[in-house]
Amino acid sequence: MTEPVLSVRNLQVEFASRRGTLRAIDDVSFDIAKGEVLGVVGESGAGKSVTGLAVIGLIDPPGRIAGGEIHLAGLRIDNLPPEEMRRVRGKRIGMIFQDPLTSLNPLYRVGDQIVETIRTHLNLSETAARRRAIDLLAEVGIPAPEKRIDGYPHEFSGGMRQRVVIALAICAEPELIIADEPTTALDVSVQAQIISLIKRLGRDHGTAVMLVTHDMGVIAETSDRVAVMYAGRVAEIGPVQDVVKNPLHPYAKGLMGAIPTLAGEDKRLVQIPGSMPRLSAIPRGCSFNPRCAFAFDRCRVERPEPLQRGAQAVACHLYDTVPAESAA
Amino acid sequence: MLAFTLRRAVQAIGVMFAVGIIAFSMFRFAGDPVNQIVSIDTSAAERAIVRKSLGLDDPVPVQFVRYFADAAQFKFGVSYQFRQPVSALLSERMPATLELAICATVFAMVFGILMGVYSALKRDTVLAKLFQAVSLIGISLPTFLIGILLIYLFAVTLGWLPSFGRGEVVKLGWWTTGLLTLSGLKALIMPSITLGLFQMTLIMRLVRAEMLEVLRTDYIRFARARGLTTRAIHFGHALKNTLIPVITVAGLQFGSVIAFSIITETVFQWPGMGLLFVQAVQNVDIPIMAAYLLMVSLIFVTINLVVDILYTVVDPRLRATVGRAA
Repeated sequence: MTEPVLSVRNLQVEFASRRGTLRAIDDVSFDIAKGEVLGVVGESGAGKSVTGLAVIGLIDPPGRIAGGEIHLAGLRIDNLPPEEMRRVRGKRIGMIFQDPLTSLNPLYRVGDQIVETIRTHLNLSETAARRRAIDLLAEVGIPAPEKRIDGYPHEFSGGMRQRVVIALAICAEPELIIADEPTTALDVSVQAQIISLIKRLGRDHGTAVMLVTHDMGVIAETSDRVAVMYAGRVAEIGPVQDVVKNPLHPYAKGLMGAIPTLAGEDKRLVQIPGSMPRLSAIPRGCSFNPRCAFAFDRCRVERPEPLQRGAQAVACHLYDTVPAESAA
Repeated sequence: MLAFTLRRAVQAIGVMFAVGIIAFSMFRFAGDPVNQIVSIDTSAAERAIVRKSLGLDDPVPVQFVRYFADAAQFKFGVSYQFRQPVSALLSERMPATLELAICATVFAMVFGILMGVYSALKRDTVLAKLFQAVSLIGISLPTFLIGILLIYLFAVTLGWLPSFGRGEVVKLGWWTTGLLTLSGLKALIMPSITLGLFQMTLIMRLVRAEMLEVLRTDYIRFARARGLTTRAIHFGHALKNTLIPVITVAGLQFGSVIAFSIITETVFQWPGMGLLFVQAVQNVDIPIMAAYLLMVSLIFVTINLVVDILYTVVDPRLRATVGRAA
């Protein structure tokens, strides 16, 4: 395999708080290859968004990257000086946020915001940048872009605004797009359009995509690989079919079991008992152990490290001593 | 847009009408106006003649319509103490007050915005904290005290600046300006600071709070994620969003700057409308007081109108709703 576009190694993110340092991301590692879509799922507070922000270098104090390395196409970016990191943002990494209604500056025309971003990163004249902005709007599926480019954000619907946000994120042809819950704030009918748009853009431009969401349906539809996060750690990572059809980690099993199916309507929806621990009270050993039906003594003392099982990697002691069948 | 402006203009006329009633009733409230014009030993017959010549024997509504019609043409009657038309007295004093008010507002805006932006962006620096502390003093110290302290320091102790008056003025048509002579400019410094200090601290605190608020918004985070320069984010995206409430406050404050110039003008013996008003109060010169009330409210109403229109220029969202409503 060629060098991955994004390589995150043992990333740790900490937030200083009055009650001591909280570790939001603990020892997270993953790669994303060119043209690949990596889905990142987990409950709220599992560290999905923080991981995305860490990659693009927008962790603000009191938060900080406390350890690990992030490489973008071989270049280490987690310790770049602010000005160089700024040049990476928008140019080589594009980011899409959750709420398109608040992501655009209400006082500037949509076109001016795109042109400003293009001219920040590419050496283009005003007119060339404007032409490019119109092309981009057309590419993300905005009708009559030569007219809409002079519109203000409030003149666009939610779905259309998210398309504008996507156009802004890809305007300098980045190698990586981080999409942080890009469809959560949208209508279901619009969600599918946005997802297929992101997928198409990734394919057409060979862009790597990190798709952060809590929606398993979106992941199953879009991603090539999926990382399941729990309490700031990757519980399981692997090809999307494997993880969805045959999850290994007890938490991943629970998550997949919680997807309602059309076929089995008579069954009660499966729940994972309990809730995710707060950052200030992460249990010793495996952070999932208080909620895990299979937990044994070792889970309460020793933190599990990721173990390779076929194409999947799973951080669970169940797979350390005995082969997979005992887990079911 | 035009309909919006017209509607606001009609509202403004309504407000002026209400103020007109108040101004008019001042004449009756302070007793019989004839008593204030004539001397004590004037006979009843002579009083009746004066009353008739001034139209004071007409029914009250007729008098009011006449007063309002005259006031609309800036005819406010004759001052009791100066025996001159009030409009002439006011127009003679107005340039001094307006010049002072404009200088004070410009001073307040420039320093207020600069200090506000600085203390928002460099929140933890010593200078930012100093600004905060100074602004507290500016907000809590009464104007006259600041004026007196300035006079004591710069006029009495150091002797750098004149302690009273406007200095030499140049006449440009009916307008007199102190901006063209050195002594005029020097005389303007302390009154402007005195008058503008409160607004400056107000604007500074407002800009700081708004800026911090705006910097937390999603579109600023998205602007950072797009790799825009810090400069473009702070001064392009953030500051423009910050300025909307600042326009309102600065605009409305301009009215109170003119109204509160009474105190500053008294402290510095500044020959403006405020000083005229204070003298009028001391001498129960009702025509001047009523005219001053009308003038100040006219300025307030006009500023409000301008601020409303300015909003729509700055904020496109408002333009849309205004267009739809119209």
